[in-house]
Amino acid sequence: MLRIVVLIKPVPDPASAAERLTPDWRLDRTAAPPVINGNDEYVLEAALKLINAHGGEITTLTMAGHGATDVTRKALAMGATRGVIVTDDALAGSDVVSTARVLAAALRELEFDLVFAGIDTSDGVGGVVHAAVATLLGLPYCSFAARIEPDLEARTVLVRRISPVGYDVLAAPMPALVAGTQALGEPRYPSLKGIMAARSKEVVTRSLADLGLADGSVGGSVATTRVIDARQPPARAATRVVRGAPDEAAREVVDFLAERRLI
Amino acid sequence: MTATSQPSGTSRLTEEQLLLRDAVRVLADERIAPRAAEIDRSGEFPDDVRELLAAHDILALPFPAEHGGLGADLLTVCLAIEQISRACATSGLILAVHELASLAIVLAGTADQQARWLPDLAAGRKLIAFALTEAEAGSDAAAIRTRATQDGENYILNGSKRFISHGSVANLVTVFAVTDPEADRHRRMSCFIVELPTDGFRVARIEHKMGIRGSPTAELEFTDVRVPAANRIGDEGDGFELAMRTFERSRPGIAAQAVGIAQGALEVAARYATERRQFGRPIADFQLVAGMLADMDAATESARQLLYTACTEIEAGAPDAGRWSALCKLVAGDAAMRVTTDAVQVLGGYGYIDEFPVERMMRDAKITQLYEGTQQIQRLVVARSLLGRD
Repeated sequence: MLRIVVLIKPVPDPASAAERLTPDWRLDRTAAPPVINGNDEYVLEAALKLINAHGGEITTLTMAGHGATDVTRKALAMGATRGVIVTDDALAGSDVVSTARVLAAALRELEFDLVFAGIDTSDGVGGVVHAAVATLLGLPYCSFAARIEPDLEARTVLVRRISPVGYDVLAAPMPALVAGTQALGEPRYPSLKGIMAARSKEVVTRSLADLGLADGSVGGSVATTRVIDARQPPARAATRVVRGAPDEAAREVVDFLAERRLI
Repeated sequence: MTATSQPSGTSRLTEEQLLLRDAVRVLADERIAPRAAEIDRSGEFPDDVRELLAAHDILALPFPAEHGGLGADLLTVCLAIEQISRACATSGLILAVHELASLAIVLAGTADQQARWLPDLAAGRKLIAFALTEAEAGSDAAAIRTRATQDGENYILNGSKRFISHGSVANLVTVFAVTDPEADRHRRMSCFIVELPTDGFRVARIEHKMGIRGSPTAELEFTDVRVPAANRIGDEGDGFELAMRTFERSRPGIAAQAVGIAQGALEVAARYATERRQFGRPIADFQLVAGMLADMDAATESARQLLYTACTEIEAGAPDAGRWSALCKLVAGDAAMRVTTDAVQVLGGYGYIDEFPVERMMRDAKITQLYEGTQQIQRLVVARSLLGRD
């Protein structure tokens, strides 16, 4: 039986209006309803497919204040078995170091064969927390996964990792941490039956005290990074769309490039 | 950000209802909306949409859990119809008719009858149609002439039904037929489930309609169709009352379709008004246009809130459930017609051509003032309740 922990993070919906920042340059997470971070949905889908094939359980793990319950419910509706939420007022404004320490501490309480994480988040775009968690826990770390194949008997996992020239195949002993990408395959819509079943699934909440981390070693107060400025990207110059028959269009494009001495 | 990018009216919905509504909304936006224009243009029943709804358990909503359904309450079913109809009225009707035609079995079927038919319906493997109306018996439903005469263990059905939604794609038909022509008006008819295919059953025609063009509306002919007595729902003579009880729960479904259509049209019109520029500015800047949009929102939202309240009242067993049902259908149908007509107006010339969806939405909206009881019938129902004459 395969036991997978999937790290999921609530983020502002990238499809909705522009992100809103608070006066101190932090993300206003209440401005729009949160969604599961895109890449996390893809690894969750990969996990769901694996337990369909091998049998097993998926536990979601989320460190968040606002939005943690929403994304956990959605993941449960997609088919995850149970959810763990770590939330604490002291965690607001945490940097990647604190986040990795907290997630690692929560993972130490769980039994698993695999930990899945999205390769990065659409709000922070750091792409380092999963590597840090693997390091803290001494787990083999397989990144940019396009395919994940566990072998329960041999206690190994094969990961196809995307590379600039194609892909590598990594083999790691389990337990291992795998960071995955959209190449893993489109996430499913939660079925209505899944949504209704999610109601009775277990969601556990842990505070910093529960994890033995209430000593001030993690959280916003000890953040090692601070945002000091944020700006909108410059407005794009007007684009010109070339339509028409291929011959004409090609001529127009060539003229455009020639005018600008690009060809 | 615009109110139209998030659905409204959330404060009274449970967390589960919100999740269900949003799941249907996402599905409708991503998989059904892109099909809507084509469905209208081709006039073909969208079996792919039926399959999509079945695969996502949406067709299971109105059925009890013990038969593979989701046991959803009336409001939840209406939330789903509303979200689908916002994208495509024909598609929303698939769920609405599925609910309507199954209600007789759900409300009055024996345990055996429910076990026979509900699992396939809940799984979306079978479709069902509701055959009450005849060429000479629309508003005057009690005047139907289709006859069911007893012959041993069976009934023999003769007659024809008109304007039957899904009549040509259904596997089961809930048919109302006269079993006792001498009885009082409201005790003459009984309700039967006819399983198709069967000898003597024929689809005589399929109508070409103004709107909901992807929904097949059929004339059904019954010539000596043999129906086992075990397929009769309730006792002989129960048919009329069963039909009325059905409407109590199915009229909100049509109100939901109407609210969905109105919302879809409102969103198109609002977006257009912010983009279309005349006289050097977006037309949304002009008060005559903004005022129209505000009135459209008021009409849609009040129809929506009345619908949600009606569902809650009906589900709670309110003694005036018939009044709630008629009120919400009356208000929503008129709102849909008004809002879609105004949406065409906001879009001006562009509203009249099929490059934009509002002309389709206006054509779709009209039926919500006609079927499942005309607006005039709804008024009679409300007045009777109001005046203590029901």
